Amino acid sequence: MANQDQDILLEVKGLKTYFFLDEGTVKAVDGVDFEIRRQQTLCIVGESGCGKSVTARSILQIVDPPGRIVEGEILYHRRNGNTTEVLNLAAMDPRGQEIRAVRGKEISMIFQEPMTSLSPVHTIGNQIMEAILLHMPVSKNEARDTAIDMLRRVGIPKPESRINDYPFQLSGGMRQRAMIAMALVCRPSLLIADEPTTALDVTTQAQILDLMLELQEEMGMAIMLITHDLGVVAEMADDVVVMYLGHAVERGDVDSIFHDPKHPYTRALLRSIPKVGLKARERLDSIRGMVPDPYHRPAGCPFHTRCDEAIPGVCDRIVPPRIPLGDGREVRCLLYTEEYAGER
Amino acid sequence: MLQYIARRLLLMIPTIIAISIVTFIIIQLPPGDYLTSLVASMAETGEEVDQSALETLKARYGLGQPIYVQYFKWAWGIISRGDFGQSFEWNKPVTDLIWERLALTFVLSLSTLLFTWIVAFPIGIYSAVKQYSLGDYVFTFLGFIGLATPNFLLALVLMYISFKYFNQSVGGLFSPQFVEAPWSWAKVADLMKHLWIPMVILGTSGTAGLIRIMRANLLDELHKPYVVTARAKGLPERRLLLKYPVRVALNPFVSTVGWTLPGLVSGSAIVSVVLSLPTTGPLLLRALMSQDMYLAGSFILMLSVLTVIGTLISDILLAWLDPRIRYQ
Repeated sequence: MANQDQDILLEVKGLKTYFFLDEGTVKAVDGVDFEIRRQQTLCIVGESGCGKSVTARSILQIVDPPGRIVEGEILYHRRNGNTTEVLNLAAMDPRGQEIRAVRGKEISMIFQEPMTSLSPVHTIGNQIMEAILLHMPVSKNEARDTAIDMLRRVGIPKPESRINDYPFQLSGGMRQRAMIAMALVCRPSLLIADEPTTALDVTTQAQILDLMLELQEEMGMAIMLITHDLGVVAEMADDVVVMYLGHAVERGDVDSIFHDPKHPYTRALLRSIPKVGLKARERLDSIRGMVPDPYHRPAGCPFHTRCDEAIPGVCDRIVPPRIPLGDGREVRCLLYTEEYAGER
Repeated sequence: MLQYIARRLLLMIPTIIAISIVTFIIIQLPPGDYLTSLVASMAETGEEVDQSALETLKARYGLGQPIYVQYFKWAWGIISRGDFGQSFEWNKPVTDLIWERLALTFVLSLSTLLFTWIVAFPIGIYSAVKQYSLGDYVFTFLGFIGLATPNFLLALVLMYISFKYFNQSVGGLFSPQFVEAPWSWAKVADLMKHLWIPMVILGTSGTAGLIRIMRANLLDELHKPYVVTARAKGLPERRLLLKYPVRVALNPFVSTVGWTLPGLVSGSAIVSVVLSLPTTGPLLLRALMSQDMYLAGSFILMLSVLTVIGTLISDILLAWLDPRIRYQ
C-alpha cells in the first residue's frame, strides 16, 4: 500500500464547484473524490450535465465565471527528481502565475470539438509553438523543430508543411491529432481528455484512442478521460469514476465496475448498453425518468427519483456518505451501509 | 494573397464602368444640355455669347451627337485629361473646384476614422471583458447618448461653448489669415489646431457605434472553446485576450471600413455647413441644389469610386486577418 501512495499523481478531495447564477446556484460538482495514479488511465463516466467536464476544468482552474470552486482540495504530487512536492491546485489564484505554470506544462487538456477548440485564424504550428515557448527556455527555431517532431509522432503526414496549415485545412481526425500534439508537446504528467472522440466518426475514434494509448506507453503520462461511452471506458480505463448529478456515485477498477457494479445507477447504465443479439422486438433497457433540473436537485440521494431500489422515506432524506468497499472501491449508496444493507 | 488582390482589382473595373454610366445618366437627367444652361445663364447676366467658344465646347463634349458618343467623350476626358467637365455655376472646370476640398476632406475623414478606432477599441474591449460592471454601464450610457445626438447639434453646442467661454472661433479648418495663404508648415500647424473639433464631432456617433459592435463581437468570442484551450495552455489572461478573441472579433470591424470612407465624405455635409468647413460636403449639396450637373456628377462618381476602394481595402484587410477568406 505504501508503494501505491508513491504512485499517486493527483488527488481530488471533496471537490465542490458551484455556478452562481441569477436563477439560483447550480451545484455542478457537489463532493467528488478520486485519485489518479501515475501512468494510469482514469475514466470519468456519466450522462450529460453530471459535472464531469466541470470536474476536469476545476483541476486546471479554468471554470468560467460565475462558476467557482467553493470547497475541496486538488492535490497535485509534483515529482522533482526523488522528492515529491504536494501542491493544492484548488487553493491557487485562477489567474496567477502558479497555476499557469502547471497548465499546459504538467497537466494539459484536450477537448471535444477540435475545430472550435483551435483558433481559426492561427496556424496549428503557431498554436503548438506557443505552448512550447511559454513553458520551455528554447528559441523559436528549436520550438518549431519540437513541434514538427511532435506532429510526426501523433501521425500527421508531412509535418514540415502541415505545421503551416490552419485548422480548417485539416480533417477532423487530423485536427484532434494536432490538438493532442499541442497538449503533449511539453511532456505533461497528466493529460485530461474531455470527450476527445465524441465529435469524430467511429473509425477515427478508434484511431485516436489507439494513438492516446500508444503515446501513454511512450511518454508515460497519466490520462484522465471523460466520456459517456462505456465502450471507450472498457477499452481505455484502469480505474473508473461514475458520476451522477455532481456526485461520484461509484469508483473502482475497470473490471470490478463492469463485472460487479454496486451502485444502482452504474447497474442501470450497464443494462442500457445495446447488445448484439438482442431480439428484434425486445426493448432496450433504459433508465427511467430524466436527469433532474439542476436548479431543483432532489433532496437526499440525487438518484433516488430514478432508482428502482430506493427506500421510501430514507433515500429522499439522507445524502449517502462515501462507503469504502475495500480494494480502492467506493460507493455512495445507502444500501451499502450496515443499517440498510437488509433492504438490498 | 497577391492573386486575391489582383482578382479583386480586376473585378473593380466593371463595377466602376457601371458606376460611370449611372453617373452620366444622372448628369443628363435635367432637361436641356450643359450648353443650353450656359447660354441661358450668360444671357441672363447679359454677357455676350461667343459662338466660336460654344462650338469648341460642343465638339469637346460631343453635344448634339448620339448619347453613347457623349458618354465616351466624357469618360475619355476623365481618363486621359482628368477633365470632369465644367461647373457652370462657378464657370470653372470641376477639377479646379474639388481637388483641394477632396484632399481636406480626406485628411478630416482619416483623422476621424483614426480617432474613432483609437477610442472605440479599448473601450469596446473593456466593456466586453468587464460586462455588467459599473464602467461598462457608464460607457454604454455615454455610447447611446453619442449615438442618439445628431452631429450638427453637437457642432452647434461645441461652437457656442467655445465662443462663449473660450472666445475662440471654431468654424472652418483654418484661421482667417491662413485661408487664402499658400501651403506652408505654419498652415499645416494651423490645420492641426482646427482639425480636432470637427474630428470629435464627426467621430462621436461612429465611436459610440463601434464600441457597441466591438463589445458584442468580443462577447461572442470570449467563451469560445479555443479561448479555453489557450487558457489551458497556461497563457496569461491579457496576452490570451489580445491574441485570440480580440483578433477574431476584429473581422466584422474591418469589414465595415468600406462603408466608413464614403460615409465620412458625404455624411459630414450638414456638420460641414454648420462649421463652415471647406470640405466636399457643402459643395455637393450646393451643386445638387443648383443643378450644376457636371460638378454634382463628378462628386457622385468620386463617392462611388471611394466606396469601391473602401470595400477593396476592407476586403484586403479581411483576407490578411482571416486565413479562411484568404484560402478560399
